[in-house]
Amino acid sequence: MSTFATETSVLEDIEIGLLLEGLYRAHGFDFRDYSRASIKRRILEMMRAEKLETVSAFQNRILHDAAALDRFLLGLSVHATAMFRDPSFYSTFRRKVVPLLRTYPTVQIWIAGCSTGEEVYSLAILLQEERLYEKCRIYATDISQAVLRRARDGIFPLAAMRDYTNNYHQSGGVHEFSDYYTAQYDSVIFSSGLKHNVVFSEHNLATDGSFNEFQVILCRNVMIYFNKDLQARVHKLLYDSLSMFGVFGLGNKESLQFTPRASAYEHLNTNDKLYRKVM
Amino acid sequence: MVVGTSIGGLKALPVLLSGLSAGFPVPIVLVQHRGKDSESGLCEFLNQGSKLPVSEPEDKEPLLPGHAYLAPRDYHLLIADGSFALSTDPPVIFARPSIDVLFESAADEYEDRAIGVILTGANQDGTRGLARIKSRGGLALVEDPVTAARAEMPQAAITRIHVDWILPLPEIAPRLEKLCDVATAGGLTAHGPKAVHYGT
Repeated sequence: MSTFATETSVLEDIEIGLLLEGLYRAHGFDFRDYSRASIKRRILEMMRAEKLETVSAFQNRILHDAAALDRFLLGLSVHATAMFRDPSFYSTFRRKVVPLLRTYPTVQIWIAGCSTGEEVYSLAILLQEERLYEKCRIYATDISQAVLRRARDGIFPLAAMRDYTNNYHQSGGVHEFSDYYTAQYDSVIFSSGLKHNVVFSEHNLATDGSFNEFQVILCRNVMIYFNKDLQARVHKLLYDSLSMFGVFGLGNKESLQFTPRASAYEHLNTNDKLYRKVM
Repeated sequence: MVVGTSIGGLKALPVLLSGLSAGFPVPIVLVQHRGKDSESGLCEFLNQGSKLPVSEPEDKEPLLPGHAYLAPRDYHLLIADGSFALSTDPPVIFARPSIDVLFESAADEYEDRAIGVILTGANQDGTRGLARIKSRGGLALVEDPVTAARAEMPQAAITRIHVDWILPLPEIAPRLEKLCDVATAGGLTAHGPKAVHYGT
């Protein structure tokens, strides 16, 4: 049993390598530099959900069945996150970033790796409350069409609202959070006014280039899924896409420390991962 | 070395940490189940009784010997290529951080050099991860459920896995000191982490 289990696990590593290589060659989706521990877990979970026994069988399905490929991309892009996750990030954004944005005639914002859109709606609410929304354009990108559809729909489980409401108030929100959505059965749909300046679009951080110059880029808890090489490449891409004195936001356990770009930014606030490009 | 605990861990972890000497030769990674809104003072609390510095790692921070690392709340903590990797994947058996997630990645990373320790707790998280550590040739230590604050978690591991040691809490640190002495002197750490790269 023990020997067999070892062999299975080693074989799985080999099979996952082949799957990722195949996916890249066949469809151009490059997950080869994703952090191997996380992607292995995800692949094995999805494989079991597809009721398959081996990664090789899963590879066969993904390469030959477009619907299976969509499910796979969706599965890799969905993250269990929350609106106003890390409320102090958003309160710092209100205090430190909003005054900077007031000085610009228009503001281009990129939410790179927007997943199901929790951060997009959080930021849209904040910008509306600060009366900045109308001059902002938010580009929300991710790799999967399916995940972008969900983000665009703006439908979230009602059960999550208690949590989100708490986060919203902790982040400095002063309205009734429920003013922003309409509940129906066990779901809520967020007000369409929150997305009329949002462009949801497909973009792959691992393979696509820069497509604009931004005053704000948020890429929170996205690069944690990448290995160091890919992180370095994406940091360069984001740096190149950010205007001078533009604002860059990371997740609260991410760091510039392990990237080659650290010296190009200064911290806006020591406790939150908000930076300003200074060189 | 990876350690997992839930209820009772706030009393058990200081006992374990205070029994380990400064300069303990391998990195120690701790998962204590806690709510996503829990206060972040846990790390300071654990530092008080520990001769090893305890910190919450950031993504891609390298693991260093002589350090203890506490999994941050509301993330899974994994190990790959000698560094930490965080994830916001959904909770596993209602837990994020999950003990199984950490242990399984440690088993893949360190193979027969991994040591998994399960302390007091009231659910079954950790059993799968400890099984993976055993299947890749690592060692499993479990707190004796008879004297543990909560028996369920250690009991679940013992029921399903052939563990190497079942020890009362005060004897775990001395055992780990002996094991890691042997390990650093005798070659358990003689081969580096096995590198698996998916890239070309």
